[in-house]
Amino acid sequence: MTPTPRHQSSTTSPLPPNPYTLPPLFTTDHHTIGRLYLLLALFSVIIGTTLSLHMRLHLIWPGLNIERILPGSYLAIMTVHGTIMLFFVLTTAPQSGFGNLILPAQIGSRRMALPLVNAFSFWLTALSLLVLCSSAFTEAGSPLSGWTAYPPLSAVASAGPGQGLGMDLWLASIALFAIASTMSSINTLVTIIRLRCEGMTWDRLPLTVWGWFTAALLSILAFSVLLAALLLLFCDRHAGTSFFLPANDLVNGTLHTSGSGSPLLWLHLFWFFGHPEVYIAILPGMGLTSMLLANFARRRVFAYRTMIVTTLLIGFLGILVWGHHMFISGLSPYAISAFSVSTIAIGIPATAKVLSWLATIWRSRPQYTTAMLFSLGFVSLFITGGLTGPILAQPILDQYLHNTFFVVAHFHLIMAMAGVFALFAATYYWFPQITRSATCPGRLMSETLGRWHFATTLLGAYATFLPMHLTGLAGEPRHYAQLSGVPNAAGHLLADLLPLNRFITAAAIFLASAQLLFLVNLVRSLRHGQLAPTNPWQATTMEWRPALKNISPIHETNSRADVSDLKIVVYRSPCEYHSSLHPSSFTPQWEPEITLNTTDDDPE
Amino acid sequence: MPATITPIDTDRDRKRRVDDHDNGSGRRPPNDNRDKRTGGGGDGDNWNERPHGSRGPRERLGSYRLALFFAIAGDLMFFVALVSVFFVARTTGHFDAYNRYINEWLPTAIPPILWLNTAVLLLSSVTIELARRSMFHEQHVMEEWFGLGKPTSRRAAPWLIASILLGSLFLAGQTIAWKQLASQHVFFASSQSSHFFYLITYTHAIHLFLGIGALLTALFGLYTSRQIETRQILVDCTAWYWHSMGLFWIFLFTLLAFFQ
Ligand code: HEM
Ligand SMILES: [Cu+2]
Repeated sequence: MTPTPRHQSSTTSPLPPNPYTLPPLFTTDHHTIGRLYLLLALFSVIIGTTLSLHMRLHLIWPGLNIERILPGSYLAIMTVHGTIMLFFVLTTAPQSGFGNLILPAQIGSRRMALPLVNAFSFWLTALSLLVLCSSAFTEAGSPLSGWTAYPPLSAVASAGPGQGLGMDLWLASIALFAIASTMSSINTLVTIIRLRCEGMTWDRLPLTVWGWFTAALLSILAFSVLLAALLLLFCDRHAGTSFFLPANDLVNGTLHTSGSGSPLLWLHLFWFFGHPEVYIAILPGMGLTSMLLANFARRRVFAYRTMIVTTLLIGFLGILVWGHHMFISGLSPYAISAFSVSTIAIGIPATAKVLSWLATIWRSRPQYTTAMLFSLGFVSLFITGGLTGPILAQPILDQYLHNTFFVVAHFHLIMAMAGVFALFAATYYWFPQITRSATCPGRLMSETLGRWHFATTLLGAYATFLPMHLTGLAGEPRHYAQLSGVPNAAGHLLADLLPLNRFITAAAIFLASAQLLFLVNLVRSLRHGQLAPTNPWQATTMEWRPALKNISPIHETNSRADVSDLKIVVYRSPCEYHSSLHPSSFTPQWEPEITLNTTDDDPE
Repeated sequence: MPATITPIDTDRDRKRRVDDHDNGSGRRPPNDNRDKRTGGGGDGDNWNERPHGSRGPRERLGSYRLALFFAIAGDLMFFVALVSVFFVARTTGHFDAYNRYINEWLPTAIPPILWLNTAVLLLSSVTIELARRSMFHEQHVMEEWFGLGKPTSRRAAPWLIASILLGSLFLAGQTIAWKQLASQHVFFASSQSSHFFYLITYTHAIHLFLGIGALLTALFGLYTSRQIETRQILVDCTAWYWHSMGLFWIFLFTLLAFFQ
């Protein structure tokens, strides 16, 4: 008996011959959606970087009046910079961009579980970005209250320019973003749980997938709380409530007598979201780093299972440490001690990760490809930034450091720079996956340009952010628009820091200019890059499986031939390299038999 | 002349396990509800050897249910956040000009109609469960399988309509409650406890409003979708969403009624 083929919508749409033709607007193809997310993140990172240069210039050169060039005051620009970078770059690109492009292939699936939800959440994200940017073009500009939106500044429209319509647009934008992220995380989780191919057991999942998985779990918990907090803030602003406004608060010359709430409440709600959010941004990068170091060192990931556990543990502990952002906000000393301990505890799994990265490459002879260099850079930045974490986690030290540039240095190294380095590593490594289409193989980026890009970026990153520790220790405050013109001793102190700040600004300009190398490389390689072989990095994970025909969107193929031709099976764990001397001797996950591609024994 | 007895490769690959549920049509009937583990299962069930998307009727349903589960988990966190703020606001006060500690919390009296609304909502959970069950009624599913009309949908539709009516009745009841409060001059901005009363009832009502939208979609789907799997998914997921909102309401209502 022949099975009745189930043709629901077996219209195999003719695939575009040119991979760069614009996709149909509301495509549900995860590959296209992933690329759209990356495009959105690229656009955002360019805006965010421009804004950051603007801030640096303003700090050392307040007389220049660059406000004429870009709309908005220093603080408004800071708000948009932080919001764009954190939400639209470091959350979308790793989690949704590469999560769409690579994740299904890595678990041996041809699609994401919920294509419509996927498309919807992308367009919601795009809308959210649009709303955020539009706040800059309102009369009073974007809000001043930073990405953390502390009340009463954020709760009272008369608190400052931009706190009226600008703030409302900010709230709308972030609410849309929260909904979009939740939906895309649901998609990620269902895909990982339901669509793993045969043989892809949980402990065979690449660590990147574990990163995506944990980050998605965190997103679902954290973004919902953020949404609730935004709703309450909105009510404070427009519905006459005062959840976050204390009684008799003097805000910008007006006395608000009717309040009955507390700004501390916002801090709790916000950081319950905010701290997991920083892990959402970094966990996929951590997973990628483990996999790339192993691949280019031709070693197994050191303590693979422990790395799975530490990923989950970091996610779990990440929910319990939010109070370390509130040490000087008037928490009870008992709560402060508890949060201090939990924060230092999160250093344990983080250190375990670092040790695994170091042990994986210890005395190996890695291939120093650009992707590998950026992964090594990630490790370096993560260590440098991580060392200041336990310092800030001590309430006494944080009293002094909390509002200084020391914190800025900490989170830029460990989150911003490390996160961006992971994104660069991902781009160089997965460029063939980004550029391939059903009919064309992908392309590689130029390695020579890439190495220059890496060297200049690493130098620029350290030159920009290391000195900030010094200015912070010396007392330079955060969120100050200018350092000159301050009276008395404080002015003296800041004036002394001006030379170092000039250096930082120069370094920041250097760092930003170095990214032109990347842009040139990107644009050139899109069309003229070397065509990539099927498995250019001799990797073991499933996205490089040669026969993976990405028919998109795949519909249920039920005819017999399809079933066996297209069946994807995994036979082993990732990272089965047989010799670091013979890079071509490895067994990928899709290979049923172990093939030793080498004749002489491994001398190591 | 030897006849070709060796099947071609692709035929040989498919090992079918014939078992009692198998009606020999090559496809499992859509009421087969055994565990379809995927991903490293390898438990010998040949459905798992097929590509994703063709592993039997329950595959899609399972994915959608899981997605709904995560969505509701997120939603739960949303309400947990609101409720924690409720408790914080209820228990904290402030110091006045004479340094006296003042807790201004005055509970908002619950309009009695809310009890009735709660009963209506519970009833609607029963009707939607009946609709959900009739989508999976073994015998009717088999009849559809043989092409004998749409008995499942025919039986589910009235229950769905009943749920829509009861759901709308609940919303109407909530509106009456708001009106009653307004006539006593208790508005959103009136007092701390009224903030929460309105916030909780409004957000829950929005959820139910979306739920009614989902019910209407499901009802529409019953008449337009030919695939029984799709109809099952529509009704099933809507029902679980509706049940969750009912459960949330019980908690929220208890909170408003007894914990102010
Ligand atoms: C060893 C692990 C870490 C420890 C012990 C640690 C500790 C801290 C502490 C105590 C603060 C608060 C400082 C203050 O505001 O006064 C802080 C701020 C911050 N951390 Fe970390 N951290 C760690 C890892 C990370 C990671 C992995 C990321 C990001 C991926 C990150 C991102 C941030 C950000 C963005 C802020 C500042 C937020 C703001 O105030 O705007 N940290 N960290
Ligand atoms: Cu934190």
